[in-house]
Amino acid sequence: MQFFLEVLIGGLLSGVMYSFVALGFVLIYKASGVFNFAQGAMVFFAALTFVGILEMGVPFWLALVLAFGAMVLLGIGTERIVLRPMVNQPPIALFMATIGLTFFVEGLAQAMWGASVRGLELGIQDEPIEWMMEATGIGVSKFDLFAAGVAAVLVTALALFFQYTRVGRALRAVADDHQAALSIGIPLQTIWRIVWAVAGFVALVAGLIWGARNGVQFALTFTALKALPVLILGGFTSVPGAIVGGLIIGSSEKLAEVYLGAYVGGGIDSWFPYVMALAFLLIRPEGLFGEKHIDRV
Amino acid sequence: MLYREAGQFKATYAADQQIFPIRQDRIGIQLLLALAFVAVPLFASEYWLKAIMVPFLVFSLAALGLNILTGYAGQLSLGSAAFMAVGAFASYNFMLRVDGMPLLVAFALGGLAAALVGIVFGLPSLRIKGFYLAVATLAAQFFIVWLLTKVSWFSNDSSSGVITAQAMVILGYEFASPQAKYLLVLGLVATMALMAKNMVRSSVGRAWMAVRDMDVAAEVIGIRIMHTKLLAFAVSSFYCGVAGALYAFAYLGTVEPEGFNLDLSFKILFMIIIGGVGSISGAFLGSAFIVLLPIFLDVLVQDVFAGLLSPTIASNMQLMVFGGLIIFFLIVEPHGLARLWQIAKEKLRLWPFPH
Repeated sequence: MQFFLEVLIGGLLSGVMYSFVALGFVLIYKASGVFNFAQGAMVFFAALTFVGILEMGVPFWLALVLAFGAMVLLGIGTERIVLRPMVNQPPIALFMATIGLTFFVEGLAQAMWGASVRGLELGIQDEPIEWMMEATGIGVSKFDLFAAGVAAVLVTALALFFQYTRVGRALRAVADDHQAALSIGIPLQTIWRIVWAVAGFVALVAGLIWGARNGVQFALTFTALKALPVLILGGFTSVPGAIVGGLIIGSSEKLAEVYLGAYVGGGIDSWFPYVMALAFLLIRPEGLFGEKHIDRV
Repeated sequence: MLYREAGQFKATYAADQQIFPIRQDRIGIQLLLALAFVAVPLFASEYWLKAIMVPFLVFSLAALGLNILTGYAGQLSLGSAAFMAVGAFASYNFMLRVDGMPLLVAFALGGLAAALVGIVFGLPSLRIKGFYLAVATLAAQFFIVWLLTKVSWFSNDSSSGVITAQAMVILGYEFASPQAKYLLVLGLVATMALMAKNMVRSSVGRAWMAVRDMDVAAEVIGIRIMHTKLLAFAVSSFYCGVAGALYAFAYLGTVEPEGFNLDLSFKILFMIIIGGVGSISGAFLGSAFIVLLPIFLDVLVQDVFAGLLSPTIASNMQLMVFGGLIIFFLIVEPHGLARLWQIAKEKLRLWPFPH
């Protein structure tokens, strides 16, 4: 039982890390209907930029601001160069354009900062919390707990931003209906830029957390692939869905690896989340929290 | 002046329904085939045949398969490399475990195995659509590669799932020289392309396109959605499976499951985007583009910018150019190279008197 709990908690906390990346997808999909495959590349780009600036001797907070600035520039550039000429294209074409963007951003990041693996130190150790270890015998990493805390803050901040600010209201309006939003005078292009900038910020946070965990390296781009099952499980349009989906995927993945993996030779975490998300989809085709899709002829 | 159908009258239904109704097109395609079957093996160097022409044809076949599914039936798939892997490993096992298995039958059985797997992974398409389906096909991609790596029976207990394809022998003749391999691949690809061309002109292809354009409306006019979608998955996977078998037998010789990774799936997807979604010739044009582009960029970097760029920057520049070109194509010509070719033909019809 103790072991089960430990695996479960570890899984839940790693699920939080998936949620970070899934959150970036959801933001952009909600506001512009674009399924942004480049989110993983953006995570990589953000983390690499941050570390690169840090290595030049810039203090931590300034580096954070500069990296955020770079993400905003990337977002604005994407809106201007990729999205604006492709208005009115089918969503699939936009999706494929973001695959192209993925390649571009990956190349850009490595051309600018080099391809070597870098460490990133946030000052929080990846070690079990001692008093908890002594009291219950369950090892919970400080770092994972910190990441969960950041996720909670981030989601709350985003929820407040969406709910109570002028820009947030405009964002929700655009997400609801592009044309109606345009006709009441909401500047679509500005909104899209803001969304991409916010998604860039989420990518930066995700990049820092993942980078501190596993080192800043090309493998960060694969976080996007980990986030996709989270996304289809939670629904593309739901922020809470991204969090809940992350928790479900994270915990079940770890449990499956521990309890089922032994029977089939291990390594099942590469596909298990997908198969599970698929099973969910067969029951609820829009994900757990996705908007119900109504076919109209 | 030269490209004009004036004076070509159709007296029979058969003549009206032929694949290339314009005489100049027929001559053109015959010239192209003659070039491919006679001139290329005669004059092309060994490097060209081995490293460019064979992969070009193999990828064309895979792109053709994906184009049937994505371009004609409208179901986006990110798992085509996995179906290639199924074809390659199934053909290998049929050759290995059945005595006296003819090569072409093994290829066909490999394709059928891929088609069966394709139907299984196509089942979710009956319930889920669009992006959700695209992500679902990723399940196929990861699961199949994992399975082929883990279950050593598939690779005859070799380490890390590497297989070495058997020699290609048909009726006692061994296809060993680059020319022979090229001709075998070309023959198969040309036949299957012709079949695909006919398929998309027939009622099957029209049903696919109806489902692609609006599945609810298609259902209302009496097209069986389940049948149509699963058939598209099966045919597409069959093409990908045969392409995978050729990839293993005629191109690389030695393959491992990891070689059929997500990158390869994306590569095939890019081929149909750049070549033209929903077009048979587009699969060939896109494949040629994607196969030749890295070689062209390599040459460019080595000869023109030699010494100016460090190798890492050069390889990253390649990634950027690649990504940039895909975006460029999607913006400028969403229907791909095939559409450009069509526009050129329309212009040619009026030339030199544009009115």
